[in-house]
Amino acid sequence: MMDILLNAAPRWALLHAPVLLVMMPLFLAPVLALVPNGRIAWLVSIFATAASLFFALILLGQVQASPVGVVSYDIGNWPMPIGIVFRVDALNAMILLLVSAVGVLATIFSWPTVVAEINKQKHALFYSAFLVCFAGLCGVAITGDAFNLFVFLEISSISTYVLVALGAGRDRRALPAAFNYLIMGTIGASFYIIGVGFLYAATGTLNIADIASQLPSLAGNRSVEAGFAFIVIGLGLKAAMWPLHSWLPNAYSYSPSFVTMFLSATATKVALYALIRFLFTVFRPEFAFEQASFTFILMPLGLAAMISCSFQAVFQTDVRRTLAYSSVAQVGYMILGVSIGSIAGLSAGLFHLLNHAMIKGALFMAVGGVVLTYQGTTIRDFAGLGRSAPWTMTGFAIAALSLIGVPLTAGFQSKLQLGYALFEQGMWWAVALVVFSSFLAVIYMGRILEAIFFQAPINPRKFRKEAPILILVPLWVLALANIYFGINTEFPLGLARDAAAAAFGLEAFR
Amino acid sequence: MTGPLSMLNPGWLMIAVGLVALFLPMRRVRQGLTIATPIIAIILLALADQNVNHLGVQALGIDFIFYRVDGLSFIFGLAFLLAALLNAIYAWHTDDRLQDGMAMAYAGAAVAATFSGDMMSLFVFWELTAITSVFLILRAGTRAAYFASMRYLAIQILSGVLLLAGIAYVYHSRGDLSVQAFTSLKEPGAILVFIALGIKAAFPFLHNWLQDSYPKATVVGAVVLSAFTTKLAVYAFARMFPGHDALIWIGAVMTVFPVFFAVIENDLRKVLAYSLNNQVGFMICAIGLGATGVGNALALNGASAHAFCHIIYKGLLFMSMGAVMYRTGTTKASELGGLYKSMPWTTVFCIIGAMSISAFPLFSGFAAKSLTMSAVGHEGYTIVWLMLLFASAGVLEHSGIKIPYFAFFGHDSGKRVKEAPFNMLLAMGLAAFICVAVGIPAIVPGLGYEWLYNLLPYREEAMAYNPFTLDHVLTQMQLLVLAIFAFVMLKRLGWYPPEKPGVVLDTDWVYRKAGYGLFTWAGTIWQKAGPAMTSVFFKLTGRAYDRIEDTFSPRGELARGGLGSAMAIWTAILLGLVLLLAFITSS
Repeated sequence: MMDILLNAAPRWALLHAPVLLVMMPLFLAPVLALVPNGRIAWLVSIFATAASLFFALILLGQVQASPVGVVSYDIGNWPMPIGIVFRVDALNAMILLLVSAVGVLATIFSWPTVVAEINKQKHALFYSAFLVCFAGLCGVAITGDAFNLFVFLEISSISTYVLVALGAGRDRRALPAAFNYLIMGTIGASFYIIGVGFLYAATGTLNIADIASQLPSLAGNRSVEAGFAFIVIGLGLKAAMWPLHSWLPNAYSYSPSFVTMFLSATATKVALYALIRFLFTVFRPEFAFEQASFTFILMPLGLAAMISCSFQAVFQTDVRRTLAYSSVAQVGYMILGVSIGSIAGLSAGLFHLLNHAMIKGALFMAVGGVVLTYQGTTIRDFAGLGRSAPWTMTGFAIAALSLIGVPLTAGFQSKLQLGYALFEQGMWWAVALVVFSSFLAVIYMGRILEAIFFQAPINPRKFRKEAPILILVPLWVLALANIYFGINTEFPLGLARDAAAAAFGLEAFR
Repeated sequence: MTGPLSMLNPGWLMIAVGLVALFLPMRRVRQGLTIATPIIAIILLALADQNVNHLGVQALGIDFIFYRVDGLSFIFGLAFLLAALLNAIYAWHTDDRLQDGMAMAYAGAAVAATFSGDMMSLFVFWELTAITSVFLILRAGTRAAYFASMRYLAIQILSGVLLLAGIAYVYHSRGDLSVQAFTSLKEPGAILVFIALGIKAAFPFLHNWLQDSYPKATVVGAVVLSAFTTKLAVYAFARMFPGHDALIWIGAVMTVFPVFFAVIENDLRKVLAYSLNNQVGFMICAIGLGATGVGNALALNGASAHAFCHIIYKGLLFMSMGAVMYRTGTTKASELGGLYKSMPWTTVFCIIGAMSISAFPLFSGFAAKSLTMSAVGHEGYTIVWLMLLFASAGVLEHSGIKIPYFAFFGHDSGKRVKEAPFNMLLAMGLAAFICVAVGIPAIVPGLGYEWLYNLLPYREEAMAYNPFTLDHVLTQMQLLVLAIFAFVMLKRLGWYPPEKPGVVLDTDWVYRKAGYGLFTWAGTIWQKAGPAMTSVFFKLTGRAYDRIEDTFSPRGELARGGLGSAMAIWTAILLGLVLLLAFITSS
């Protein structure tokens, strides 16, 4: 399939795919701000994200076809250590594909919810902010320059604060949530840039590959270690690593449905990608201080996130908050996979990252549909919806089962891979904790599913009303993907394995 | 033969027909089907090429071989099919969809298992025999039958589970699942499979399900049951464990110990169940001799021939007792006697069956058992040989004489009943005909015993063997005459255990009574201690739940505090930790 795409694509697309992927949405964003009509802005956004998806697929094909597994693009033709370089290998090709694919689906999904939740004058501005955010996330994933990564991180973050704050139209609590997110996000970004500063002081370069090549000769350098600490904490905060996650539940609960859905499937994933990039490509698991922080910091935090946030999810009364806490718990799974420090562990973590994006995307889409048609997000509001909106709720149920990890769903496969990786290291106790956390997921998703399918509607006037088709289609695409990739794991698992190998600097082992 | 029919495992056809029969209300059509199907199956089998995989599928990394015929499976499959035919005729007078369907499916499962070339499909049909056959016991409708059937099912399923575990192990170590002989009994997989087969073959101490359930089955059910389950296990042993010494001794013990129980047992169907056990012992013993020296061919031939003949004559005996049960309502020796006047044909057929099982020359048992005895003698297992000799005398005692004597002769019970229905007589007559036909010398070459020998797995060796030599006949006649003499003497002197109602305790007492008592006792204790423990448990879990809720709920500890400040502090703490760790590890 990739061959057909590479053969059919025009030459300029093949040549400039890395830069077009980011610049297309970034340059369309200010144009959108001037468009008066929200619907046109929406269509343009779909076009922009679809174009990015197209370029992401081209990049994936180029990376897979490339003998070294790397596609490099020098911005402005400045050679590597001096100029900014976009560098794509199997790891970020996978993230780019994820972000752009979710971006397309999310944009298609967005129109009915935006109409309902956002002030009419702000529709175009809203899409403009969304494209900036989207471009920023793609930029973080694609750039090969540590400082440029910071810039894109801030581009995406600042637009995200705006997007979250726009939820104030529906719920005023979106404003403090956005402000809190702003403070915390800024702390995270500052920590990151401080860390980069330390590394620059030690190595004299900002290019990621260049830093990586110099670090082995700088063993014992204090500023490298300080840089490591700041970067891990800064990016950990952005990735909602427990206990630095408390910005997330509020931000996800009060922002517009579309923003929640898009962010839950992409934002933390991209930050996690950046963390993985630094942990495995810049620094290496062989470094003693990294090994120690895997064992004593990341793994305990991952496990604590799995358990603690699952418990918190159990006690929530709001569906979006339940899902938000569950997201933090799922990030815990990924951090756990990463902290094993083996290729199998990293690929399990990345595999879960892909699957979780599909799961949470579908769940938040269904919730968005309910918010739209029934105006409520508490579990009580969901009572009896299984009869009123069977299609929406069946999609929700499929994704919920996948989140729990029922066999034949994608969620089961990723937990299986995580279990293999843990067993390989003899950490059966961690497997037991994963199972326990899944059990908690049964409880918190079970409560919602019970309300949906087995309780009588609290409001008997609720008539049969499905979410609009624009929501149902992307929702079911993701729900069916959950089932398909739960049975045939070849494609996502192959991506995750290649990505893990690329992070370790190995040839893709296919 | 080519075409799709040649790929059809006859057992599958029978299972399918059995399932159809289950839902077919028209009685005569259904019974016509159950009679026609085994005949068609026999034709299919006779036309099938041997040593070829007729139908196989590769799935899940396993080579499934659904239909494979060779010498060994042919003779067992043929015997099963003949038994299915006789059973169908025997059941003609009943009108019972469940019984007809399940009997057919049960027979089909046994046949399908016999022709399975891989252990996974063997396992599937192995379990199917258990599940289908339990209905034949359940159908008797009594309370005792209900409990017996549940015990039966539990033990049969246990056998299946063990087999599956063994298969899993074998697959792990061997990497393929084709049915083949185990070379050693040391690996766990072989042991698990061995025990699983042992349960079905009713090894000593694993045998109780047999005597427990068969006598409680319906009239037809007991006849059907007697043919398949144990012989399927014998077949599996011949396939997977030929020549394992352990089997020689297990088989020898198996032949001897049921004799004592059978002699004192009052229920004649239970006597037959014990004698079934004893007969299987002969076969197991012969299989144990399997792989050493000349004995190999002789002994495996003996086991196969014995199984073939045994299926027919044991069926015949169960049929005659079934006829008695059908007419008089009982098979208790103490309530029977003198029936030869009212049921003359049944009496004749029963005596033919009895003479076959006692291995009188000119009857099928002689032709089969001679092979086994010669093989044992050949190998020089004197003690085993003596045990088998004793068991042969015992067979004559309890099956050959006791069954017909107490049922049809003995003291007159005064019962005057009608002769058995014609279809029963026909089935018994056919069985009796086979018993005689394969027992007589080959006056016409290729018929008589030679017809049977021709079908055995090692044909040349079998054809070279002549059972009607002077010493064979003489030894057997001495044994029989002396045993009859002993019976007459004991009877005269009044020392023979009289036909008295009573319960014979077997080893199953241990789990049926003592084990049950233990459970009731534990249950009582639990009832007493239960409420106290429950309240403690609920108090503890309630407290834990409160604690968890205090911590994690939206109003709990973790959610408290200013939105930003707590997290900023956490950030600082974590940063400090990572820095500290980095400094410690690298200095």
